[in-house]
Order: sequence, then structure tokens, then C-alpha cells
Amino acid sequence: MPEPMVSVVGVSKWFGPLCAVDDVSLDVAAGTVQCVIGPSGSGKSSLLRCINQLEGVDRGAIFLDGVMLGYEVAGGVRVPLSDARIARQRLMTGTVFQRFNLFQHMTVLANVIEGPVHVLGRPRGEAVEEARSLLDRVGLADKVKAYPAELSGGQQQRVAIARALAMHPKVLLFDEPTSALDPELVGEVLAVMRTLAGTGMTMIVVTHELGFAREVGSNVVFMDRGRIVEQGPPSAILSAPQEKRTRDFIGAAL
Amino acid sequence: MNPKRPISASPEASAADRRAIAGLDIVPRREISRWLTAAVVIALLAWVGKAFAEGDIAWGVVAEFFTAPAILIGLLNTIIMTACAMSLGIVLGVVFAVLYMSPNPVARAVAWGYIWIFRGTPLILQLLLWFNLALVFPTLGVPGLFEVRTVEVMTPFIATLLGLGLNQGAYTAEVVRAGILSVDAGQTEAAKSIGMTRLMSLRRIVLPQAMRVIIPPVGNEVISMVKLTSIASVIQYAEILRNAQTIYYANARVIELLIVAAGWYLIVVTLLQIGQYQLERHFAKGQATLGARGMTRLPEHA
Repeated sequence: MPEPMVSVVGVSKWFGPLCAVDDVSLDVAAGTVQCVIGPSGSGKSSLLRCINQLEGVDRGAIFLDGVMLGYEVAGGVRVPLSDARIARQRLMTGTVFQRFNLFQHMTVLANVIEGPVHVLGRPRGEAVEEARSLLDRVGLADKVKAYPAELSGGQQQRVAIARALAMHPKVLLFDEPTSALDPELVGEVLAVMRTLAGTGMTMIVVTHELGFAREVGSNVVFMDRGRIVEQGPPSAILSAPQEKRTRDFIGAAL
Repeated sequence: MNPKRPISASPEASAADRRAIAGLDIVPRREISRWLTAAVVIALLAWVGKAFAEGDIAWGVVAEFFTAPAILIGLLNTIIMTACAMSLGIVLGVVFAVLYMSPNPVARAVAWGYIWIFRGTPLILQLLLWFNLALVFPTLGVPGLFEVRTVEVMTPFIATLLGLGLNQGAYTAEVVRAGILSVDAGQTEAAKSIGMTRLMSLRRIVLPQAMRVIIPPVGNEVISMVKLTSIASVIQYAEILRNAQTIYYANARVIELLIVAAGWYLIVVTLLQIGQYQLERHFAKGQATLGARGMTRLPEHA
């Protein structure tokens, strides 16, 4: 088996007395779509936030394309990296948030070129050209001059996907990308994600959309109370779960 | 049915009556109380105006001194000091707000100490301290490299600038901090997710959005600063009020010179208010529905 793109090794994360992520290990192969399902508070989002280093891990380690995230080994212990080096590591991941988090004071185009121009230092003209083609891919070529507040939730989320793609990440992380959307807007976002999966992008998707997980996911893990309860191909997890908790969750979700 | 019968929205009204009512035009409510209060306000203004008109005020003197060189120089000094002290205050405010919110405990302690000292003592006392700094530090500089006598550096201008600017910075730091806190944490997370460092996300993403919250109180403080410069007269800074006083000590036209100064203060403040309105509109970008517009304009009633 080739080196996994993302390798989570025995990661635990506490918030005060609450153990949000409890000794989780997970490998995600390059070019696959890893879906993470589970009830609210099961630690799925916390796991994702550890992978893009919005949270530090308390135990264990995460490797991305062979690089350990957030720490360096020095004299038999691990020392946290500086803010600047963590920022540079974050370039390997792109994140799509539940609440979109588009930069409210910038137009759609400015949102997408912000990273390429100001973080990567690419020439503006080149970044604009690529941003336009990305926005075209997510079906928003006519909205380049709009401000986020003028767009629907589904449109904002598609801009957020374009913004993440503009940084050419190795892995795209989706944190419940359709949970804040009106039901009729979910489809347009899932359609973009489906197309993206088809291009061979490595994706980790925390989602409540079991249909999407079944159809697009290469693998599914079910989490509960911070632990991975069960994992495997979507057909196995979603149609013939072995664990009672998985069966209860999927039964309630259908 | 009698067409003259007045229709009313009583519970017994027939369906036809209700349709008729639904078709009636809507006209503005007659606000008697507004006319009454307006009359009272106009009467009061007329009374005050009459007192000024009949009082022992030589309006010719007011007109004569309104553009007198000493007054205009004082005005210029007031404007220069407002601009310099406010700029210093805003720069220090942003720097110390960012330090105050830093993960570094030393930075936080320094910011806390700065705000504590400069917000905790009277401004006039701070001005006097700066002006008399020579009593503590007879000379300033790096020993061996260069040294200057403090009394020569601490001119009224420099002492006023330091006094007003450092004091303002302590207040502005709290305003900026409130502005930063008002921006959704998701904005910082998104900035980090595209590889920005903490400082870059503050500069590019958070502060521009915080401006919407920061500008109204800072505008308020600029206006406040225009008038605060007048207390620099205690350390001989030649701003407009001090120059007006110098003139009325000589010619005894106290009220006239005070009216001249008041007129200029109002003109400057009015211009600043217009500028503030324009700035608020600029930073309301992307806030299509809410925006700062509603905050400065009176609510529009039908």
C-alpha cells in the first residue's frame, strides 16, 4: 500500500475535562474521499480541526504527505512550531467551513485571489485569471463582483470551495458543508463536491448527508463520543453496519 | 346601502365594508405633539437669540476677530495638534490592542500596564508631567552617543503631542479591541485556512471588518480631541482658545472672543462629522443590508 496522504495516529484532544477526540487513528489514501459521519458532539469536527491545525492535538500525531503537523521533534520531545511555520503547513490543506466564512468585506473575486496574491505572492493577473476559471467551474462566473452578503448560502459555499481550491491544497477538508444550508440549496453544493471527487482530489468530508457518503465516499468512518466506532467502504458501513451504535444512528437518520 | 354611512373597522363590519376599508388610502398620522415641541424649541431659541442680540455684544468685534491672524494661527495649531495627537493615538491604539490580545503574556502585561497608567490619571496631570519631564530626566538620549537637554526638546508642542497622543492611545486601544472582538471568529479561521499568519489575518481580514465598529467611537474621539487641545493652554501651547484669551486679556472683549472661538470649533466639528459619515459608508462595504448608514441617519418614519 502506498504512503497515505493523511495519517492520523492515536490522536486525542481534550477541551477541559471533555475528551472530544479519543485515541483516533485513520489513514486516508491519496485521491480518495473519506467521509466522517456520526451524531453531533461525536468529535468529527474536532478531528478535522486538528488536521488543519485550528486546534492542537493533546496526544498522538497527524502526518500529511509524510510531514508531521504542528510539531518538530527535538531531543526526544516534540516542540510546537512557530505561528509562521504552522501557517506554511496549512497551505497543504484547504478547508470549507459549515458557515462558509467568506471574507465579508471583499467581493467574490477578491475572496478567491486573496490567498494566491497575498499569501503565495503570485502575480495578480494570473491569480484573477485562475479565480475566474474556478468560479466558472462552481457555476458562479457571473458573481465575481458580488459581496458575500448578496449571495445565497449555496452560492457562498461554492465560492468558499473555489477559494480553497485556488490555494492548490493537497487535501480538501469539508466541515459539514451543507448543514447551514436551506434544503433546496444542498444539491448545488454536493454537485460541486461530486465533480471535485471525480478529479482525484483527496477529500475528508464531515457530513450528515448519508446519500452523498454512499455515492461519493471511498471510505466511511462512524464516530461516536470521540472514538471511531466502525469504518469501511460505504456499502458496508451504511447498508450493513456491524455495531449497534452505527445501526441506531443510520436507522434514525433515514 | 347608504353611501354616506361612515364605514368603520368594527367587529361587526360586513365583508363589503372590510373590502371598502382595505381600499382606503393611507395618509401620515397627524403628530400634534411634534408641532408643539417644535413651537417650544423655536420659542426657546428666539429667547436665547434675543438675549444675544440685545446683550452687550459687539458683533462687529466678533466679525473683526473671526479672521484675525492670531485666531487663524490658533485654529491652525488646534487642527495640527488634533491631527498629530489623534494619529499617534490611533497608531498606539491599534498596536496596544493587538498586544493586549497576543498569545504572548509579556505583550499582554505591557499593554495592560500602558492602558492602566494612561487611562487612570487625569489628562491635564499627564500634560504637566511631560512638560516638566526635565525635573526627572535633565537630559535625554543614549549616554556617550548623543544627549540633549530635556527642556529644549519638551516644547509645548511636543509635550502636548505626547500627553494627548498617549492618553488617546489608551482609550483607542480599548475601542480597537472591541472592534476586533466584534468580528466573527470564523473570519480568522478562514484566514488561517488559506495560510495566513496571525498578524496577516489581523491586518488583511479582521481589522478592515472591525473598522465598521471602530469608526463611530473614534470619530467621536476625534471631535472630542479638537476640543481637548484647548487644555494644552495650561502649558502654553498656542491653540485657538489660548490665542483668543490672549486677545481678550488685552482688549477686554471676553464674550466676543469666546464666540469667535466657539464658531470655529463648530465649523471644524461639522466638517469632521461629514468626513466621518463618508468613512462609515466606505467601511460598510459588503454589509449590503445593515451597514453604517442606519446608525448616522435618523430613522425614517412614514
